[in-house]
Amino acid sequence: MPLPLIIEFSGGAELLCGNVKKHNVELPEQKDKWQVRTLLPWIRDNLVQERPELFMQGDTVRPGILVLINEADWELMGELDYELEENDRIVFISTLHGG
Amino acid sequence: MPRKCGSCGVKNAILKRPKTGDALCKECFYWAFEEEIHHTVLQAKLFSPGETVAIGASGGKDSTVLAHTMKVLNERHNYGLKLILLSVDEGITGYRDDSLETVKRNQQQYDLPLTIVSYEELYGWTMDAIVKQIGLKNNCTFCGVFRRQALDRGAMMLGADKIVTGHNADDIAETVIMNVLRGDIARLRRCTAITTGTDGYLPRCKPFKYTYEKEIVMYAYFKKLDYFSTECIYSPNAYRGFARAYIKDLEKIRPSAIIDIIHSGESMQVKKEVRMPTQTTCTRCHYISSNEVCKACVMLEGLNKGRPRLGIGKIHKERRKWDEELAAQGKLQTVDGGGTDSGNVQVADGETESSAGNEQRTCSGVCSGVC
Repeated sequence: MPLPLIIEFSGGAELLCGNVKKHNVELPEQKDKWQVRTLLPWIRDNLVQERPELFMQGDTVRPGILVLINEADWELMGELDYELEENDRIVFISTLHGG
Repeated sequence: MPRKCGSCGVKNAILKRPKTGDALCKECFYWAFEEEIHHTVLQAKLFSPGETVAIGASGGKDSTVLAHTMKVLNERHNYGLKLILLSVDEGITGYRDDSLETVKRNQQQYDLPLTIVSYEELYGWTMDAIVKQIGLKNNCTFCGVFRRQALDRGAMMLGADKIVTGHNADDIAETVIMNVLRGDIARLRRCTAITTGTDGYLPRCKPFKYTYEKEIVMYAYFKKLDYFSTECIYSPNAYRGFARAYIKDLEKIRPSAIIDIIHSGESMQVKKEVRMPTQTTCTRCHYISSNEVCKACVMLEGLNKGRPRLGIGKIHKERRKWDEELAAQGKLQTVDGGGTDSGNVQVADGETESSAGNEQRTCSGVCSGVC
């Protein structure tokens, strides 16, 4: 069964994705459960259109990009280990843009 | 499952605070965020009742949250301040015109008066026109120098007593690192001060000095504050970019690193014997300056006389070249009896180049320090 998710970008991060803020996506079915760890490269390969190095650094998001999982700081949700559920809403906010 | 709030213990936590590691719910986070800024304001005695305070507003996240927080605290704690929004229009099509629209919405959302001062009216040059002259190198130097003065001039026009800006803890830590790398001891000593400019122009304060960027962005996100987040079209600003990425990498490893760097900057002591640039006032515009003529006036002179590089880097080098050209033109005039068409000037230029070369080789310390 594919996994439907809502992915959002803001604070300037949307510029990496053709200036589109909200993406309703379906992750393909796979043997293991989808985690944020596997979601990030999927986003990089499927949603990010330019400069992927501004989105990911190593196996995680680039420092300076905040991540919210269902409106909560991902640091409270297990970060990369969080197991995604149907209709989860993941938000990426860049803090690196303008002040 | 999300944790419970470490403060009220009732609601689910939504944020892990970088400074303390506490997990807080939305309401407790708002309270902690605002009251910490209030604490900073009290500790540093930033304001007195009855003052008019100009909020430097760019439409970006920091100044938008600053305007909101200043309004909240002014009402909650009876600061007795008259708050006004002050924006600078640098004249950057497709960037500043859009962000100024955000400021205009903020004006209505927060019910605060707004004044916009432009580079064009203050200096006769927009950034678009400056970039046309000098290209994309060093343009940020012009913009930075002009903006600083523009805010001061705007605030004085409005009769403000103080200016507040949205510089946050991450910004200040970046600046500390940049000044260390540049070996700029004078700025290193000044850059962590919460209030600057008390020795001449309008005092400038940074109420967000100890506020993390992460919390400012989260606050804006949860409060759904309206801010503008496009990067300036002219700003690669590579040097700050490196410092920024470095600070963010450090924060990832140990979030308190940001406060620690600010603390190190504050604790910096400079030996009494070290000679510091003395501050004086510009003989042309009377703005505070460490030279006889301030940077902004030198830059403007350069722009207006078609020598835009005059205000960048080593002033004396460009100045000397120019003086020599003028001298050569003068020489030419006496020889030719006044004719200075472009052909003659070209010849004169060539002469100057070679004589300057000779001068450099023969100078033995008698040229009043320009070599």
